[in-house]
Amino acid sequence: MAKVVFREERCKGCYLCMDVCPKKIIVVAEDRMNAKGFRPVEVLKMDECLGCAMCATMCPDCVIEVFK
Amino acid sequence: MQQVFKRPDALCDVNLHYCPGCTHGIVHRLVAEVLDELGIEGKAIGVAPVGCSVFAYDYWNCDMQQAAHGRAPAVATGIKRVRPDNVVFTYQGDGDLASIGTAETVHAAMRGENITIIFINNAIYGMTGGQMAPTTLPGQVTQTSPYGRDPKTQGYPIRMSEMLSKTDGAAYIERVSVDSVKNINSAKKAIKKAFQTQLDGKGFSMVEVLSTCPTNWGKSPKEALEWLRENMMPYYPLGVYTDKTAENKAE
Repeated sequence: MAKVVFREERCKGCYLCMDVCPKKIIVVAEDRMNAKGFRPVEVLKMDECLGCAMCATMCPDCVIEVFK
Repeated sequence: MQQVFKRPDALCDVNLHYCPGCTHGIVHRLVAEVLDELGIEGKAIGVAPVGCSVFAYDYWNCDMQQAAHGRAPAVATGIKRVRPDNVVFTYQGDGDLASIGTAETVHAAMRGENITIIFINNAIYGMTGGQMAPTTLPGQVTQTSPYGRDPKTQGYPIRMSEMLSKTDGAAYIERVSVDSVKNINSAKKAIKKAFQTQLDGKGFSMVEVLSTCPTNWGKSPKEALEWLRENMMPYYPLGVYTDKTAENKAE
């Protein structure tokens, strides 16, 4: 069981995390924007998360924390 | 549940001002992680350049100094000679290190100054709006080379790692990239080794990081990484260019 937590207010919407996720479970949160005006990312199927931290490694803004 | 990935302590908890997808943020984090892992945050002194990363002094938790354009290796030399027990590093872009600061960089390497340089090569001037840099590739379109860089009139791109690896003073020089998770992990190893080289008193160390500039390249962050892989990597091959860390024993 693993989980990722996004600090949405820090997200700049580059979406590099979406490309490196091996499970492709990171999606754009279409229903909201952060204070910077970007649509942050979210994971809807958290039970599929491997906790590999590839998304966090790729994120340029330290948005992602990974728990395992 | 254990936390397996968190923001490194050596990176201040502030917003980075970089554009979306700019790989500066990744390299900042890697340096901070290395400072944490080596336990040298308390005695590290960083020198920020002029360029996009000029605000780096706000981002790392260690002591920071900001140098005039290109003069970071000279400032770092001064700091290191006055405070030899501190770990001194510079963080410079290609316009800073390879253009206006070429002399300072080459001579710091020639003297074998015991400092570490993190060199960000993104083949363009970022902060000033996308002008041609010394590292701009042949044929690459920039604000000041609208028809593509023509080596006949504008010269060839400068390969700093290859050039500095020929100096006798350089102890460790490696070129890495941050275009993929695998390469990011290798980049961190290289940065750690560069800092270790300095801790062991073995001399000049530099890590050149191939980086992107999505804004001035006019590409999306993802396209920029692909462009880096397809165009920059063939011209700037990754690898270790000098490693004298085994032979240069500290006195």
